[in-house]
Amino acid sequence: MATQTRYAPDRGLSVRMTATMFLLGLVFVAFVALIIGIMTAAHASGAAIILVALVFGGGSAFVSLFYSDKIALAAAGAREVSPKDAPELHGIVDRLCALADMDKPRIAIAPARMPNAFATGRNSKNSVLCVTDGLLYQSRLTQEELEGILAHELSHVAHKDVQVMTYASLLAIVAGLLVRFAFYSELFGGGRRSSNDGNAALLIPLIMVASAVVYAISFLLIRLLSRYRELAADRSGALLTQNPTALISALNKVSLGMNQIPTQDLRAAEPLNAFYFAPAMKLTRGGGGGGGKSLSALFSTHPSLEKRIEQLEKIQRELSQPGADPRGIR
Amino acid sequence: MGFLDTLFGRSKPVEPKLDDLFGLPSAAVQLEAAMGFRPTGSGSVSFRAPEGKPFADIQKEVLELLAMDDGNPGGGLPVEVTKDTYGYTWLVSNHMSDEMDALVTDLHAVNSALVDGGFGPQLLCTLVAFADDSHRRLSLVYLYKRGTFYPFAPLSGNNRDNALELQVKGILGDDLRMEQDLTRWFPVWGAPGL
Repeated sequence: MATQTRYAPDRGLSVRMTATMFLLGLVFVAFVALIIGIMTAAHASGAAIILVALVFGGGSAFVSLFYSDKIALAAAGAREVSPKDAPELHGIVDRLCALADMDKPRIAIAPARMPNAFATGRNSKNSVLCVTDGLLYQSRLTQEELEGILAHELSHVAHKDVQVMTYASLLAIVAGLLVRFAFYSELFGGGRRSSNDGNAALLIPLIMVASAVVYAISFLLIRLLSRYRELAADRSGALLTQNPTALISALNKVSLGMNQIPTQDLRAAEPLNAFYFAPAMKLTRGGGGGGGKSLSALFSTHPSLEKRIEQLEKIQRELSQPGADPRGIR
Repeated sequence: MGFLDTLFGRSKPVEPKLDDLFGLPSAAVQLEAAMGFRPTGSGSVSFRAPEGKPFADIQKEVLELLAMDDGNPGGGLPVEVTKDTYGYTWLVSNHMSDEMDALVTDLHAVNSALVDGGFGPQLLCTLVAFADDSHRRLSLVYLYKRGTFYPFAPLSGNNRDNALELQVKGILGDDLRMEQDLTRWFPVWGAPGL
């Protein structure tokens, strides 16, 4: 670790992320222990289900990781663009990649009106950064704001978020499959087995319940982890461009669908419109505002806009300390 | 990035490597001998300045940094400060075309001053311009984070002379560490000092 790093890592974020990953690991270990326990107690019939789920779940996770770029591009109907097609976009990404010393991802544009961007790919050599038409042409982002969003997405690539999240979801995938398999085998084969062996009749429902619990817990933990990864990408992106303000205003424009910050004087606009903006914002994002207690905040893959902006404003203050030696920022 | 950094989703700022810049004078000799390209005497350094400060302040701060580095508060290094369309700040140094050593010394001084001032992770590239008798333009771009050079030969209308660039890469391979990954050879259209 570099000793004279200009930006100290956000310790709180690291700690929370570690705790989340530790819990995920704990659930995983408990789950494996339980399965081993069941397998030793059961015959091949119970073990086979678990084995199939593992192979199926692992296989599908591996395939989705390996082809993540192609799958995502196909799903979004995006096409790759060359530097000739989109010189400005490539220019921004070229420079950010040179600053961050990372491989340049391929760049694609998706024909969607919704302003958005995503980055995916199994590793930095095979990643792709995709932006929508809406982001480029309809959201009225300035170049700096666009750069902020691209830097956020590049941070996802640098942090290997697709890999991390795939590994993290592996458990949930397997557990989810087990629930389904156990359910079907209960439906179709349960009666037959119980006539042979009373033990196995109990086993299948046990697997089902345990898997369901594991699935629910790991689902929540994964969502939590995803929110932390978003915050981390915001932070790295803002530090890379040295421009958290642009990212804040980009977030506002994109997340709130507030594509047009009114260019008219609000007093001149209709009174109802002036009234509507704030409540509309509160309503759409209100779930995250209550300290992350409400259900929508718990299930969400992204942190609330308030949280993201709060963090960026902290970086803003760090960067703009008057006359501070930039190295002094801790 | 290390494993832990990946796990925690944090990227470390990359500190620049500066010493390879001193390979430029011998590369310039080689370029002239082999291909007839001579330095134009112009070189530039680009970096990303933090937000929030008006450009004039950054300009002033950088010039002060350079003056301090020179140990000569009145004079300092003769550089122009400009900003490009991508939001990067460029410091352009102009010399006579036969003063390659002096130009490189200047560029190194500018870079060290920026690193000392805490701008190290924000340095983007250093660029030295060349031209031949038929007015073909060529520049050598230095990537700090990699410690490598690559050639950039702009043609009219956002095209680049890839053949010339690859030829230069071959010729300078012994003198300079050339960037082997061609995807890193990003174009710097309209760079000041080109």
